[in-house]
Amino acid sequence: MSRVIQIAGLRYRYPDGTQALDGIDFHLNSGESVALFGANGSGKTTFVLHLNGLLRGEGSIEICGMRLADGTLEQIRSKVGVVFQDSDEQLFMPTVLEDVAFGPLNLGLSPDDALTRARTVLKRVGMAHAFERAPYHLSAGEKKRVAIAGVLAMDPEILVLDEPTTFLDPPTRRDLLSLLRSLPQAKVVVTHDANLARALTSRAVFFDQGRITGQGDVIEIIQRFHWEYS
Amino acid sequence: MHHLVIDRWSRGSSSLHQRDPRAKLAALLVFLVVLSTTRPGAQWAFVAYAVLLILTANLARLPILGLASRAALVLPFSATFALLTWWSGDSLRALALAEKSFLSGTAALLLVGTTPLTGWTAALESWRVPRMLILVIQFVYRYLFVIAEQVQRMRWAALCRGPKQRGFRLAAGLVGVLFARSWQRADGIYHAMLARGFRGRFVPAPPAPFRSSDALFLSTCLAGCLAIRMLL
Amino acid sequence: MHIPDGFLSTPVWATLDVVSAPAVAWVARRAQRDTQDNRIPLLGVMGAFVFAAQMVNFPVGPGTSGHLVGGALLTVVLGPAAASLVLTAILVLQALIFQDGGVLALGANVFNMALAGVAAAYLANRLWAHASRSVAIFAAGALSVMTSACLALGQLLISGVPMTGGVLWASLGLFLISAIMEGAITVAAVRAIERLNPAWITPQPATSRAVAAIAMAALVLVVVGTLIASAAPDGIQRLTMQGVDSVGWRARTMAGLVGIAMIFALCYLGGKLKSRRRSA
Repeated sequence: MSRVIQIAGLRYRYPDGTQALDGIDFHLNSGESVALFGANGSGKTTFVLHLNGLLRGEGSIEICGMRLADGTLEQIRSKVGVVFQDSDEQLFMPTVLEDVAFGPLNLGLSPDDALTRARTVLKRVGMAHAFERAPYHLSAGEKKRVAIAGVLAMDPEILVLDEPTTFLDPPTRRDLLSLLRSLPQAKVVVTHDANLARALTSRAVFFDQGRITGQGDVIEIIQRFHWEYS
Repeated sequence: MHHLVIDRWSRGSSSLHQRDPRAKLAALLVFLVVLSTTRPGAQWAFVAYAVLLILTANLARLPILGLASRAALVLPFSATFALLTWWSGDSLRALALAEKSFLSGTAALLLVGTTPLTGWTAALESWRVPRMLILVIQFVYRYLFVIAEQVQRMRWAALCRGPKQRGFRLAAGLVGVLFARSWQRADGIYHAMLARGFRGRFVPAPPAPFRSSDALFLSTCLAGCLAIRMLL
Repeated sequence: MHIPDGFLSTPVWATLDVVSAPAVAWVARRAQRDTQDNRIPLLGVMGAFVFAAQMVNFPVGPGTSGHLVGGALLTVVLGPAAASLVLTAILVLQALIFQDGGVLALGANVFNMALAGVAAAYLANRLWAHASRSVAIFAAGALSVMTSACLALGQLLISGVPMTGGVLWASLGLFLISAIMEGAITVAAVRAIERLNPAWITPQPATSRAVAAIAMAALVLVVVGTLIASAAPDGIQRLTMQGVDSVGWRARTMAGLVGIAMIFALCYLGGKLKSRRRSA
């Protein structure tokens, strides 16, 4: 089984002096799904922003065998698809189709190819009815699906999902979960929700003050850290 | 909300909706110029312009009353000046001010009611309007309602903590927090753009072909406007 | 003050369209050069922010309230070129979608608010930055509104929209009040923003005050020139204006000058007071 993420000794300090990441070692195999747990401010989101080089700390990051550096940044960003928590921030183009085509166009596809790919991916996530809609007319669940389509259109090997089911009602959440489960990519899921983690991942990593203080089977980690709402 | 109505209108499928945005924008400009140069007091010409707009709205299958009530948003301003003008003894000119501003507003609404924002911004872009301005227009429109809803929620939150809280400093604080959230949102958007391979340049969509039906539409509008202007 | 279509005479709106179009192109190029690419979404979101911030009521006195106009705030935060561009984008959307200002009159509205208004805010901020930040920002807010309003008034007068002396003075009085309100609101908003994160307000680079003063004088000349010219509309309009008791150019010029002079005096005094208190 090949490693798609291999990280050793990652450290990051914010400009204001906060040590957000303090020596992180992490790995992910292809097709595997891992949950990131930890209190608010424990460094999960900062960590995730390193996976595609949006933040650059010390330490080594290898994505699909490529070392993260200025020269590999573009390739790595197409390998790691990040679905952000706030869909409104992710869907910035005037129509759904243009938004999903944004990534492929940046990859250098011709406009026709980019639109074809966007249509295919939108059908894949069940949003074929909304090509010309404006993003702000969509429901929360539809926005999330389009955001995922925008990332899938880049043909990534790793999906990073930041709290993918917040603000969704139970049926929408169920549908989204089955969509996510059907995607073959390796997944990194940032969440507070133990149920979501159990449904989507097999392994979990626990963050505390910029370090990983526990990792293992997702059910075992949830029990060890009492990481459930009730 | 107001914008939602126009957005819904603009997604229609009438023959006017299908015309090239460049043809519609050009027709709007022709109409406005002709209207602007019509002398005050040419009442039959104004009636004819109104009929022309009603026919166009009909063609676009847009509700006439809905259009008129939205175009009436210009009236507070123009009515004030029209009254002042009337007061100074020039009733013909007063009437013309109100008529021209109302008809102009209706015509602009006919454009945006039959053309989605992406359509008319693409038309502007093909006329060499700077790309940077087009992008800013699209981003402003995209986030307008997101941030306006935020204001609404913040106002409710402030009201819940005491209905008498309406100080100058409270309002300033509200604007400050709104600013901070907007700034963070912009950062978030930029991150999302980078994450999808943005390299500092938006790739423009290819322009659609200008068909003969678009040319026919534009020349009909041109002929209609000029005929009214010359004959009445 | 957004001028709708139908108010400006053809020579006026056409001239201003012709003037504003290349000016906006220049501003867009400058904004593109000055800003890193991460600012494209920032400019858009800031435009949306100004739109939304205009919904927040600032109570002033019993039963009345004002709201932020935002030109000066954008200038202070984003710099003049970007602020002009964002305001132009807002004006385009207002003209087409919100029926606020005309399409043919877009050139005039862009000239008054996005170009001259921003220039006034920028120059005022530079001229008084040495005395006190608050005075500089107050002046920026007040002068941007006053400049835009006087220009709009002048253009309406040139176009032959008749106004009696009383109306003219009353509207100038209203402009002065809204200018002072905009100044106060901008100061309060900038303070609130600075408390959250001082880095958001770009510091004014030190430049020659003489240049800023000359530029400001030129701007005042343009505003006053518009008001003077408004007393001499071309022949066609004079015909249509027969029987209208229009106000002489002296009165109009005086009115504009008095308004601007009062804001200048206010800012000058404020600056003096502040620096005296600081040195004491």
